[in-house]
Amino acid sequence: MKKNIIIAGVGGQGILTMAAIIDLAAMNLGLHVKQAEVHGMSQRGGAVESHLRISSGEIFSDLIPHGKADIILSLEPMEALRYLSFLSPEGVIVTAKEPYKNIPNYPDETELLKTIENTAAHVLVDAALLARQAGSPKTYNIVMLGAAAPYLDIDPRELEQAITQYFSPKGESIVNMNLNAFRLGLSNNSN
Amino acid sequence: MNKTDKQLLLGAEAVAQAALDAGISGVYAYPGTPSTEITEYIQQSPQAKKAGVRSSWSTNEKTAYEAALGMSYAGKRSMVCMKHVGLNVAADAFMNSAITGVHGGLVVVAADDPSMHSSQNEQDSRVYGKFAMIPVMEPSHQQEAYDMVRYAFDLSEEMRLPVLLRIPTRLSHSRSVIRRSETRRQNPLNPVVDSNAWVLLPAIARKNYQRLIDKQPQLIALSDASNFNMERPGEGNKAVMAFGIAYNYVMEVVTTFRLNIPVLKISQYPLPEKKVRQFVERYDHILIAEEGYPVYEELLKGYFGNDKFRGRLDGALPRMGELSPDALAKALGVEAEAPRDIPGIVAGRPPMLCDGCGHRDLFEAINRALEVYPQRHVFGDIGCYTLGALPPYNTLSTCVDMGAAITMAKGAADAGMRPAVAVIGDSTFTHSGITGLLDAVNDGSPVTFIISDNSTTAMTGGQDSAGTGKYIDICKGIGVDEAHIRTIVPLKKNREHNVAVLREEFDYEGVSVVISQRECVQTGVKRKKKKAQLD
Repeated sequence: MKKNIIIAGVGGQGILTMAAIIDLAAMNLGLHVKQAEVHGMSQRGGAVESHLRISSGEIFSDLIPHGKADIILSLEPMEALRYLSFLSPEGVIVTAKEPYKNIPNYPDETELLKTIENTAAHVLVDAALLARQAGSPKTYNIVMLGAAAPYLDIDPRELEQAITQYFSPKGESIVNMNLNAFRLGLSNNSN
Repeated sequence: MNKTDKQLLLGAEAVAQAALDAGISGVYAYPGTPSTEITEYIQQSPQAKKAGVRSSWSTNEKTAYEAALGMSYAGKRSMVCMKHVGLNVAADAFMNSAITGVHGGLVVVAADDPSMHSSQNEQDSRVYGKFAMIPVMEPSHQQEAYDMVRYAFDLSEEMRLPVLLRIPTRLSHSRSVIRRSETRRQNPLNPVVDSNAWVLLPAIARKNYQRLIDKQPQLIALSDASNFNMERPGEGNKAVMAFGIAYNYVMEVVTTFRLNIPVLKISQYPLPEKKVRQFVERYDHILIAEEGYPVYEELLKGYFGNDKFRGRLDGALPRMGELSPDALAKALGVEAEAPRDIPGIVAGRPPMLCDGCGHRDLFEAINRALEVYPQRHVFGDIGCYTLGALPPYNTLSTCVDMGAAITMAKGAADAGMRPAVAVIGDSTFTHSGITGLLDAVNDGSPVTFIISDNSTTAMTGGQDSAGTGKYIDICKGIGVDEAHIRTIVPLKKNREHNVAVLREEFDYEGVSVVISQRECVQTGVKRKKKKAQLD
């Protein structure tokens, strides 16, 4: 088993939480994990990405080679395209539909979604809507984790276990809200 | 294996955990990407708390280094951490600690930032290690970083030398599963007996330097015996020498493309002479893969060049920036098909100041205040506020090194520039700005120094700032005229007043300090959250 995942978004959107949960699930399964993050200057409201690699065999590079990512998991449609050079020919883009507009020259949204549709296999998610249904806009990233779950090669129950582990210091209601968000994302995908 | 034996840690955190397990009594550091998480991990570690490991932030890397050296003098193990450019600040102490030698184990961590993700240069700290003639450890992965720190403390005590651990951004900021080894007890208090050897008067320093030179053959022998330097056999007349993290990229390519190429991995310096000689003699073409400067490529090629060696100097690998599996694939002639193009619709999304950030209002006020002057150069410094050099503000003209805003503005004022204006953050001011301010006071230089005080070291994630609450007293103590120490609150509603204050001080022919006080929005949110939890 080997999965290369690019997680993309804007600084502050919560990509590191998603990565941490996948890491945890993979470690619990005894898999090898490497996950490169962005900290510091580049983080401030700018584009951020994480290279996440999980494998049953040894992983050498912390960075995914170009054309070798199985999934681009993005919290924002334009960011989904920024790392396209990493996506493999068979790779899939799983992205939230809602744009994050903090720049004056943000492109036309319809064009953007059309570009994604014409580029690769894709799953477009109304993440904000599902997060509200789950109980808080803050669960946006966990909704997206649910949407990506079928492509991770990890049993969703293992991911739920990792979500429980990750959020348990914050109390049961936060855990349940995030589990709910995960399941909403997951079922969105199977529709 | 038991799941609890394993931990998922950033490379930086693996270094921290290893140091705790190696029995350090203190860590000293000034925050700087990508090194900050090492000290933060120790500050939050229950193990460190229980063991009484000292860990609060130092004012700068030099004070950190000297304190760590003092702890070593007292017989205990200490670690000092900094980003690569921080080693420039600590360089005086660093170089001379190789001459004094150490007593308790001292490990110096320099976190390099090839590709300058969050830095102003990509200097290679291995050069400093070579310069100081001390052992350098360069791990290729997180587990090796853990193991090396354990080894480095023993090596430091055995050789009585500081040991430099060099980690790049990609290792420091990448998570992996770590297996720990057992915890060692801290050293007892046991100060140096022959303290004369630590007095670097010329006569003693010469003896010590001779001793350092005499240690070199033993250091080379240790590198030759080290398992961190190892050869992966292969066939053919082409081979690779892979240094530190470059080994990962080489191995990624070797395993992906099933290459059977010999690889010599180097992770401990000085170079293992025997291993390198035997390897080099065996092959006709050797690719040198170094993360950073072509330090050893240059050395192996020699002054007049040698076609046997390829690397960053001849374009086989890019001359600058961090390496990648793709760069190595190309250099090894196994480039995969061209990657997909990024669609033209994707717009840049550069980092920017947060909404509600006080620096924003300050830059607007400075820009307004400067409108009436013919020249509008503002000397800037290092921090979030460096973004004030970019649109929409375009306020700052310079950013060079910690504290340079103060002294460059002074020099420009000496040259006749009016008004001479500097903007510096609170933490940067205490790091390296105070001495420059004293120079300006002693010269009576007509400069307006603006301290943008957000009560934190914001850019690295909100660490405590050394001078919080003390800036007025510091400036008074140095001799700035009290009438020209002004305080403003950078808010839109205060704009007219702030612009007026700035203009008054710009027009003053002497040293003035304007302290612009507003809490960082990020730390403000964190503080309120914490308070809400406590209430």
